[in-house]
Amino acid sequence: MPAVEVNHVVKSYADKAAVNDLSFSVAQGEVLGLIGPNGAGKTTTIRMMMDIIKPDSGDVTILGEKLSEASKNKVGYFPEERGLYRKLRAIDSIIYLASLKGMDRHSAEEKANELLNQTGMLPHKRKKIEELSQGMGQVIQFLITIIHDPELVILDEPFSGLDPVNTELLKRMFVDLRNQGKAVILSTHRMNEVEELCDRILMINNGRAVLYGNLTEIKSRYRSDSVLLECEGELGEVPGVTEKRTHKGCVELVLDGNTTPQQLLERLLSRGIVINRFEVAIPPLNEIFLKVVGKNHE
Amino acid sequence: MVVRKGFIIITLALPLLALLAIGISQLISGIAEPPVVEEVTIGYVDKSGGFQQYTSQGNITLVRFDTPDEATRALVGGDIKEYFVIPPDYISTGVISRYTLEKQLEAPADITAAIKSFLLSNLLGEKISPETMDRVEAPLNLVTTRLTETGDIAPEQGGFGNFIIPGVFSLLLVLSIIFSSGYLLQGLSEEKENRLIEILLSSVSARQLLTGKVLGIGAAGLVQVGVWVVSAPLLLRLASSSIGGFISTIQLPANFLVLAVVYFILGYLLYAVLSASIGAISSNSREGQQLIGIFTLPLLIPLWFMSLLMAFPNNPIWVVLTILPITSPVEVIIRLGVSDIPAWQLVASIAVLVLSIIGTLLLTTRVFRAYLLMYGKRPGIGEIIRSLRSG
Repeated sequence: MPAVEVNHVVKSYADKAAVNDLSFSVAQGEVLGLIGPNGAGKTTTIRMMMDIIKPDSGDVTILGEKLSEASKNKVGYFPEERGLYRKLRAIDSIIYLASLKGMDRHSAEEKANELLNQTGMLPHKRKKIEELSQGMGQVIQFLITIIHDPELVILDEPFSGLDPVNTELLKRMFVDLRNQGKAVILSTHRMNEVEELCDRILMINNGRAVLYGNLTEIKSRYRSDSVLLECEGELGEVPGVTEKRTHKGCVELVLDGNTTPQQLLERLLSRGIVINRFEVAIPPLNEIFLKVVGKNHE
Repeated sequence: MVVRKGFIIITLALPLLALLAIGISQLISGIAEPPVVEEVTIGYVDKSGGFQQYTSQGNITLVRFDTPDEATRALVGGDIKEYFVIPPDYISTGVISRYTLEKQLEAPADITAAIKSFLLSNLLGEKISPETMDRVEAPLNLVTTRLTETGDIAPEQGGFGNFIIPGVFSLLLVLSIIFSSGYLLQGLSEEKENRLIEILLSSVSARQLLTGKVLGIGAAGLVQVGVWVVSAPLLLRLASSSIGGFISTIQLPANFLVLAVVYFILGYLLYAVLSASIGAISSNSREGQQLIGIFTLPLLIPLWFMSLLMAFPNNPIWVVLTILPITSPVEVIIRLGVSDIPAWQLVASIAVLVLSIIGTLLLTTRVFRAYLLMYGKRPGIGEIIRSLRSG
């Protein structure tokens, strides 16, 4: 049973399609990165998954069923538009929102103290939300998302607006979630976070899926047939290389269509060149993103 | 969960204010000396003739002058407080001209009574007996008794004693509905402004959120009215020395308690659901308060026209206000204290109210979900109508 299954969902606002025939699934224990430019339809997709807005057509199943009051308790949601009762104390905020997820007061308080302790927030638990910094508030919000031990966690731009210390803290907790075998959806427009944390990605643009699959597989599909090389001595003319680009500390060799990196390496070694670094250039996700989105814009 | 200081303050403030008012009024009546009967002299000019006797009317003494000029001099000189002229054609016109130095809304009642008695006595004094004279001056002391259809004395006699509880309750009803729906609106706008809605909706459905808010704040409103109602008899007992024997005439109109509870609940529900939909579509609490004002004004209409209702209880306009759902809760309560309300009107009024609540609820659940998540911008009317259609 997949944690999430989205089938051909469509959602339009006025005349514009925010999400257009989108399908994907997330397996149990898998971390899916939902990426796309601003306004691509990421948040609308997530809101349809959470049954906050209804799709015009298509259907969504969460943990094998249509989302209901009961199954909402198995999901933790960290929305992009988020906030807390400003006048309420941190600990009371956590307990109240945990109670909406079906936790009783006693176990909510116990778990809240444990999580606050883990994150070093225990000294602030009696402070009102308005007295906390934005980053601290975001950490509290994250604790609220996971306190009820959900099977599926959906995080919409969780690291935005955080300083490096709190980003690291949340990333650690994110990795914990992955290690606990929870299904996680991470929606973001920051590619480096996805490369660092996700197994698979779904890239959407203008409400449609433009890339979907295993991250390593996608990256190798988009590799640019070039090699990064650091060597000693003059390279000279190398057969099979159409272009040489000099970067800081290394040179990028663009291969012609008939030469593999393996063949190139053999040729270089046979010439007796001392090689310090030989790396098949895999474009960062950022570049793939720009390439795909740029292509779609054309 | 979230205790509002404002709620507690308002709940307690009303009885405390009443207590203060009673205290002040008792203090004033305690300090005030018994009114000293002041001897007053007023003048008159008799151009008609025959008005010479009976010049002593209680504490008012009438002094005759031959001409208006003399009287004016005496008035300016301070010998008399005012004077009046009986013109030659008085018998045919009844006109009396009164002259005074004071700025007044109208002639003081004691002066009017004295002049009236003086004129009557001079006109009739020698023709009828003093007893008949007394009757001519006060011909009517009306004592009304209401009978039932079987001819027995009705348990509910009407009158102001019957009106006092509905009158006070209608005021409490208005205050309570306005405060409660205000809390609901404020709470919802705060959650919207603080971006909590999406977090709440990830745990509960929009319908649950709406019902929870309406019922929770309704219960709080009921507690508030409960505190006021319980404190009312205590306050009345305290006040009884100020308003004296009036308390004993206070009666509850028939079915009042049942109808009061029914209309409180229905009235609150209608306004709560309206507030929720306004909270959903407005972008901040200030805008919400302005919008809800459009709906709370009609709630006050029955209070504005209360005196007209007392004067003309059978005007068809009251039937309209009784059936119109946004005025009916308060109108019915007030009318119960003034006159009988035919059963069909009550049935029609409750039916219309219930139907409006259901209708508003259906419409609200449609807009609620869509607009709760729309931050910072209020949808136009056209847009709302479109979303009502598409659901």
